[in-house]
Amino acid sequence: MKVPIAYFLTLSAVLFSIGTVGVLVRRNALVMFMSIELQLNAVNLSLVAFSRQLGNLNGQVLAFFSMVVAAAEVVVGLAIIVSIFRKRTTINVDDEDLLKW
Amino acid sequence: MSAEQLIFWVFAPVSVAAAILMVVQRNAIHSALFLILNFFTIAVFYLVLGSPFLFAVQIIVYAGAIMVLFLFVIMLLGVDREESLKERIRGQRIIALLLAIGVLAEILTAVRLGVGLAAKAPGGWDVVNQGGNAQALGRVLFRAYFLPFEITSVLLIVAAIAAMVLTRRQLTAAPGAQGESGEGEEAA
Repeated sequence: MKVPIAYFLTLSAVLFSIGTVGVLVRRNALVMFMSIELQLNAVNLSLVAFSRQLGNLNGQVLAFFSMVVAAAEVVVGLAIIVSIFRKRTTINVDDEDLLKW
Repeated sequence: MSAEQLIFWVFAPVSVAAAILMVVQRNAIHSALFLILNFFTIAVFYLVLGSPFLFAVQIIVYAGAIMVLFLFVIMLLGVDREESLKERIRGQRIIALLLAIGVLAEILTAVRLGVGLAAKAPGGWDVVNQGGNAQALGRVLFRAYFLPFEITSVLLIVAAIAAMVLTRRQLTAAPGAQGESGEGEEAA
C-alpha cells in the first residue's frame, strides 16, 4: 500500500508554511535565509511526489535543477551577508536601515 | 500498514518538529542543526518516493555542502549574538502566524480540489525508472534537458565568481575603516 500523494503535498505545505513564519518572524539574516532553504526543500518534496504520481521523471529533474540554483543562491546570499556584516557589524535585519527614508 | 506508510508516519512528525524547532531556536547554530535534521528526513522521503539519486544529492549537497557553508558563516560572524525579542512592527509575530496559516489553508484547499488526481494510484515507476533511477535521470538530463544543464554550469561559475568578488578584502580601503576591524584572524 503506497502513501497517497495528498499526504506528501500536505507535509510539503506544512513545511512551506513553517518556513514562511521563519522568514517573517526572525530578525537574524542567517536564520531567515535558512527558512528560505526550508521553503525550497518543501517545494522540492512536492515536485518529487508529483513525479511519482505522474510516472515520469520531469519533476525529479526540476527538483535537481532547483537544488543547483539553491546552492548558487546560498553562495551569493552568504557572501552578501558576510560583506554586510563587515560594513555594519550586524546581521540583524532591523538594523539594516540605510535605505530607510 | 506497509513499510512505506510506516516510514512516512515515523519521519513526517520528525520533519515538522525539526522545522518548528529550527524557527523557534534563539541560537543560530541550533537552528542550523535542526535544519540539517529536517534535510535528512526529506532525503528519506525522496527514497520513499523512489528517487535514490535525489536522496544522495540531498544529503551530499544540502546536508553536506550547503549546511557546512551556513555553519561556517555562523561561526565567522559570531554565535553569541542573541537577537532581541522587541518587535519593530507591533503584533508582527501574530500577523506573520496568521499569514502563514492563510498560506497553509490556501495550499491545502488546492490539494483537496486536486483530489481526483490524488485518487489515482501512483504511476508506473518500473517503466520510467528502467535500468535504475540514476541512469534514467541521466538519460532525461542529457537529452531533453541538455541545454538547461549546461546553462546551470554557467550559473555555478557566475555564483562562485560573485562570492569571491563580494567577500574580497578591500586592500585599497583607508586604514581604520570600520569594516577592517576584526578581520585579522580570517585573513591569516
